[in-house]
Amino acid sequence: MQANSVPLSWYLLLSAILFALGVAGFIWRRNIITVFMSIELMLNAVNLSFVAFSYQLRQADGHIFSLFVMVVAAAEAAVGLAIILTVFKNRQTLEIDEVESMKY
Amino acid sequence: MDLIIFLICSVIAVACGINLVLQKHPISAALSLVGVMGSLAVLYLLLGGAFIAAAQIIVYAGAVMVLFIFVIMLLNAGAEPAGRKRSYARLFGPPLLAIFVLLIAYAIQARLPRSEGVQFGRFTGGSPEGIGIKVFTDYLLPFEVVSVLILIAILGAIVLAHKEIR
Repeated sequence: MQANSVPLSWYLLLSAILFALGVAGFIWRRNIITVFMSIELMLNAVNLSFVAFSYQLRQADGHIFSLFVMVVAAAEAAVGLAIILTVFKNRQTLEIDEVESMKY
Repeated sequence: MDLIIFLICSVIAVACGINLVLQKHPISAALSLVGVMGSLAVLYLLLGGAFIAAAQIIVYAGAVMVLFIFVIMLLNAGAEPAGRKRSYARLFGPPLLAIFVLLIAYAIQARLPRSEGVQFGRFTGGSPEGIGIKVFTDYLLPFEVVSVLILIAILGAIVLAHKEIR
């Protein structure tokens, strides 16, 4: 290993840390928009893993996967934010704890 | 040089991620998320993914985050009020997450085969040319299916968000 290079495991570790931060935001935050942003953070972390493994295997397939993840995330953001708009229109709140009629 | 850029970008990404979790105001969280995405784009470039880095900036930091900020502004979302109840998830979440990260770190160290490190410029399959060839040969069917998915998402968003005319 040369002095100038970065071990692949560091990339994977960074990806794991970012994923864990996304889960933490998902658990802790109660604003529905911030929860949604935490999901995007998790998707980004997984993308980093895909691209890192793609480098390791010297194949571009991982890049295609992360491209598809981006597309699905964009579609998910569009639909999810529309759902948030509808929830806000009906209940005048963005707190996830207050939207609980499907829980009981 | 690679190492320095990696360290700077990963520190920015983790700091912005922590900020995303800690901030109470959605706009601050959105800005932190833009920071994470920007530094991840630089890391993609280091890994030889020129196309995916550009797509990351355009699609994520551009389109998706603008959508988020539109909704935050539209709903006039303020800082969330102080917490009232402590659920089990909020109590046991952080230690379990720490264990999760440690387990993954152990698995990476134990299972990943030894190899030479990541160096910029050694893998160029992620150029727009390489991605284009892959997308239009091996992954043509998923690519077309994804376009249908996007169409469905557009229709769903319109149906959900449109105003009832009565």
